[in-house]
Amino acid sequence: MIVHVGSVLYEYTGGRAEVEVPLGRGATVGKVLDALEQRCPGLRFRVIDEQGRIRQHMRLYVGNESVRDLERAVGARDELHVLGALSGG
Amino acid sequence: MVKKSSGTQALLVGTVKGGFLFEGDAARKKWKLAGPFFLGQQVHDFRCDPRDGKTLLLTASGGHLGPTIYRSTNRGKTWSEAKAPPRFGTLPKKKKSARATGSRGFAVKTDFFLMPGHASEKGAWYCGTSPSGLFRSEDGGVSWKGVAGFNDTPQWWDWTRGGSPGSPVGALLHSIQVDPRDAEHLYLSMSSGGTFESFDGGRHWKPLNKGVLADFQPEKYPEYGQDPHCMVLHPAEPDRLYQQNHCGIYRLDRARTDTWERIGNHMPKSVGDIGFPVVPHPSDADTVWVFPMDGTQLWPRTSPAARPAVYRTRNGGKGWERLDAGLPRANAWLTVFRQAMDADRDERRTGVYFGTTSGTLWGSRDSGEAWNLLAEHLPRIQSVRVAELR
Repeated sequence: MIVHVGSVLYEYTGGRAEVEVPLGRGATVGKVLDALEQRCPGLRFRVIDEQGRIRQHMRLYVGNESVRDLERAVGARDELHVLGALSGG
Repeated sequence: MVKKSSGTQALLVGTVKGGFLFEGDAARKKWKLAGPFFLGQQVHDFRCDPRDGKTLLLTASGGHLGPTIYRSTNRGKTWSEAKAPPRFGTLPKKKKSARATGSRGFAVKTDFFLMPGHASEKGAWYCGTSPSGLFRSEDGGVSWKGVAGFNDTPQWWDWTRGGSPGSPVGALLHSIQVDPRDAEHLYLSMSSGGTFESFDGGRHWKPLNKGVLADFQPEKYPEYGQDPHCMVLHPAEPDRLYQQNHCGIYRLDRARTDTWERIGNHMPKSVGDIGFPVVPHPSDADTVWVFPMDGTQLWPRTSPAARPAVYRTRNGGKGWERLDAGLPRANAWLTVFRQAMDADRDERRTGVYFGTTSGTLWGSRDSGEAWNLLAEHLPRIQSVRVAELR
């Protein structure tokens, strides 16, 4: 599965905007992020807090659909976007 | 004997947009800039381990990203990220009352304050966070664990009012102090929450706030709940504490009493005794510096009358001197945050440094008698720490 990341996470992806991760059975957004963590150590905690909540100024999309639930199922044809929100100054 | 820097003196500056390192020459006149490090990330603290003169720790959080801590051992040329940054525990599966779970279920928003551990505990560091949490590393900042005796005690809920926000950036745990004679004797302060003391390495804590005003609530002298902005243990006399509080400047001689004395009452009334930092002299327990700010009516927290000055006491707070030579004479609304002022170890001509929210870095080579502008046009400065790099 292709995961697209915003520039705020390039530190973890070696500057890449896309990272391909393996998709297991019963895949969810949370499991994809776990797989992404294996490829890019440290990334997950910058996006998801220790209580499993998406950080306030981060946004996840499956395709064009905004997602707040890490249990949301994903399939092989989906693409996950992990982006910094339009915020800050 | 006059103690001077044994290594290269540096100023580690944390800003809202990254960290900067100013390396000084032997005379402390010229400062060479390195950085920025982690441009775009908010740095609330940036410190060097005085036990090795090499290990630099820097706290970082993005406007977007969660909080973490970075580590360098080569003056910032390369950095590695903590493998386990500070994080609160999760709620137990068996439902308990919120009070019984202490800080569990909360999420660290900011790694706010860093303090190296006792000289005998190589690699030990403490970190204070927002919401108020106390964390400890025993491997030089690579991995961090919550201090259960503070974070997980049911009293945490009372002391922090359920983790409620205290300052504009949230509730803060800061000013972690380690008694140089006893690694188990610790102090910490919370804004808000007050000051607390532990005699057993953090397993148990007691409030230490007698005599400290809390004028922002109905009960003016509560057991806890005050708003210390900055609290220091004086390196020359570990039983003497000073604090710059939301409600004045205080001193505590711990061996004699558990009641703070408001030494800010001796400040000029036109200036007041409100501010954020308090900085101890390296060897004279009666000498500290503060940076007063306007705490009247709407609390602008800028230099009183827009005429910035550092104030110094050399007699434990009985009297204060105004030190403003070289600072702007008028129309300067400076704000200096609680971690943005520090002093070096020169006992006779102490270097004193502060950074402002308007991005200027000031220094004095003669204990505050005269001030020089060291850098300007920096992002908002959140911390200034003196380091001796080896």
